[in-house]
Amino acid sequence: MTGISIDCISRNFGSVKALDNVSLSIAPGEFVALVGPSGCGKTTLMRIVAGIEIADSGNITIGSRNVTRLRSAERNVAMVFQNYALYPHLTVRENIAVPLAMRRLSTWQRLPLVGGIIPGSSGKRASIETDVIQAAESLGLGTLLDRRPGQLSGGQRQRVALARAIVRHPAAFLMDEPLSNLDAALRVQTRREIVDIHRRVGAATLYVTHDQSEALTMADRVAVMQAGKILQVASPEAIYHDPQDLRVATFIGSPRINTLSAQADSAGRVHVSDAPTGLHAEPGSLILAVRPEDLRLSPNGIPCVVEGIEFLGESLLLHLRQSSSGEPLVMRLPPELSRPAPGDDIFLAFDPKRALLFHTDGRRMPSRGHIGHAQELALV
Amino acid sequence: MPRNWHLSSAVGLGAVKVTRGAPIGEALAGLMLTVPAGLAYLVMLLLPTVATILLAFTDYELGLPDWNWIGLGNFTEMFEDRGFGVALRNTIIYVGFVTPISILLGLGIALLIESGIRGRATFRAIFFLPVVSLTVAMAAAWQYLLHPTIGPLNGLLRTIGVSSPPYWLSSSDWVLLSLSAIGIWENIGYNMVLFLAGLTAIPRELYHAAEVDGSKTWLDRFRLVTWPLLGPTTLFVLTITMIRSIRVFDTVAVLTQGGPNKASEVLLHTMYKEGFTFLRLGYSAAITLVFLVMVLGLVWLQTKALDKRVHYG
Repeated sequence: MTGISIDCISRNFGSVKALDNVSLSIAPGEFVALVGPSGCGKTTLMRIVAGIEIADSGNITIGSRNVTRLRSAERNVAMVFQNYALYPHLTVRENIAVPLAMRRLSTWQRLPLVGGIIPGSSGKRASIETDVIQAAESLGLGTLLDRRPGQLSGGQRQRVALARAIVRHPAAFLMDEPLSNLDAALRVQTRREIVDIHRRVGAATLYVTHDQSEALTMADRVAVMQAGKILQVASPEAIYHDPQDLRVATFIGSPRINTLSAQADSAGRVHVSDAPTGLHAEPGSLILAVRPEDLRLSPNGIPCVVEGIEFLGESLLLHLRQSSSGEPLVMRLPPELSRPAPGDDIFLAFDPKRALLFHTDGRRMPSRGHIGHAQELALV
Repeated sequence: MPRNWHLSSAVGLGAVKVTRGAPIGEALAGLMLTVPAGLAYLVMLLLPTVATILLAFTDYELGLPDWNWIGLGNFTEMFEDRGFGVALRNTIIYVGFVTPISILLGLGIALLIESGIRGRATFRAIFFLPVVSLTVAMAAAWQYLLHPTIGPLNGLLRTIGVSSPPYWLSSSDWVLLSLSAIGIWENIGYNMVLFLAGLTAIPRELYHAAEVDGSKTWLDRFRLVTWPLLGPTTLFVLTITMIRSIRVFDTVAVLTQGGPNKASEVLLHTMYKEGFTFLRLGYSAAITLVFLVMVLGLVWLQTKALDKRVHYG
């Protein structure tokens, strides 16, 4: 039994490779967020899963059925669209009922006026009504059933779109940036609600977003996509702390992870601006990445100049420039510390266990050797 | 800093005074800017309408030195006149043919063009041509096409075995139908363009949602998305086509002059004849008034009765 399985999907638009041999598998009941910058192909991938768009090659399996050649009506997937895509002429009740009516009623039974007198239709209509009310109640829409989408707020429309999606118990749930049209406060609240709904419904869910905080807070696993490729699929913690690609490291986390050009000498000791870091790697050039919150002020270490300070309430952000190489850095400090002023010279240090090493082409390097070299942890 | 506070409040007061003064100047400027349009409206629309309404209650004839108020005299004459009754009936039949058929065909063609991949612009141009072509000039082409003996249409009918094809424009049974066909041809392109605009305004996402929701056939999607979302467009097309076809005049004037035997007499042609051939301006104004009431009635009915059902606020 699979939830959703995406096998080697490729899709080209002219000479542009929108999707380049993408594979991803989502277990039944799992919530996977597909995150990436705009234009990375994430929405195209979702539309291929939904059957709205056709892949050039590859296979889609939903609930152990190969649906690659099926049209979306036959795939038993539900989708929540970015702009909700509610039918403006139908009431909330009718909107939620559409997927059920399409499935349970025949073409003749769906006709206005005539439909009601065709045998079997009244029983089916009653069962649809029961299911619609149940779905609507579960999302707190009970009192809005007879309104039209135009009379609802953004958050309410969002719920109607969700109700329309869950009402038919789909094999797979697809959500295309469902929160991007909500204001910030509502977004955080709806985030929790979507996770709750997912838990109740239990269908394999693919959630497309460009917002890394949505991906990290909601998903069981996060797939980071860029330029038509999935770079890494892992738990939110692993994506944040153990990125396998420099592009994943720089995309996830705000402010952005600091990247410093570093050198490993013939003995394999990694230096940044001639300051030893306590890390070991194969000799040569490499990139050292360290999150803003893992940097510390220190009496010695990497020399930097303070360029600006941002007060965020719970913390301070220091914008720095490395004295020797001119590379910009950001560091996060607890606000209660005595803060340096712009123009001050300071020294940075970090726990080598927290630093990530990458090849210059962006591949992750196994950071080894920082254990057992306690004498070089002087910077910490 | 009390001094600064005073200063700023004084500046504030000054600013308030200036803004208080502004609306009057603004209103004046606005008024002056609307004068040209207002004047044009007055001279071109309002005064002629009032003049027509007044004329309708007189026996004024162009060139005669005296005229009298005759109250509803023109209207009683009109409703006793067999010619006017025929013209009214013919106009209603003409509208009854042209409006639904040109709307359905316009919609059908728009849907075909919209779903087509190639040659959209070409087809759009071809079907829109009748709208931009001059009716009077095209009437000559129609006269030839529909000619009883040398016309290609009857030539075609004869080759497929119709022994005595109709005389179209010169047969009192067929003339109204022939004129309706020309009217349909004239209106399709216009309606098609309006429907095309309406179709492009439908969000693609709704079709995708309909598909994911399980609509398998074209008809399902048409009924769930296209038709309801075209509602406002359809209402507009309906109103405009009815008004355009109730105004039928030039094809009648050029091709049949209302004949044979008043079989193609229509409202505007009667009005034109009474006013400009017989110079009975009072009577002609009364016909115009009836026409005006009909058009306004249609517009009122459509906006009141249908507007609320096609705009989903």
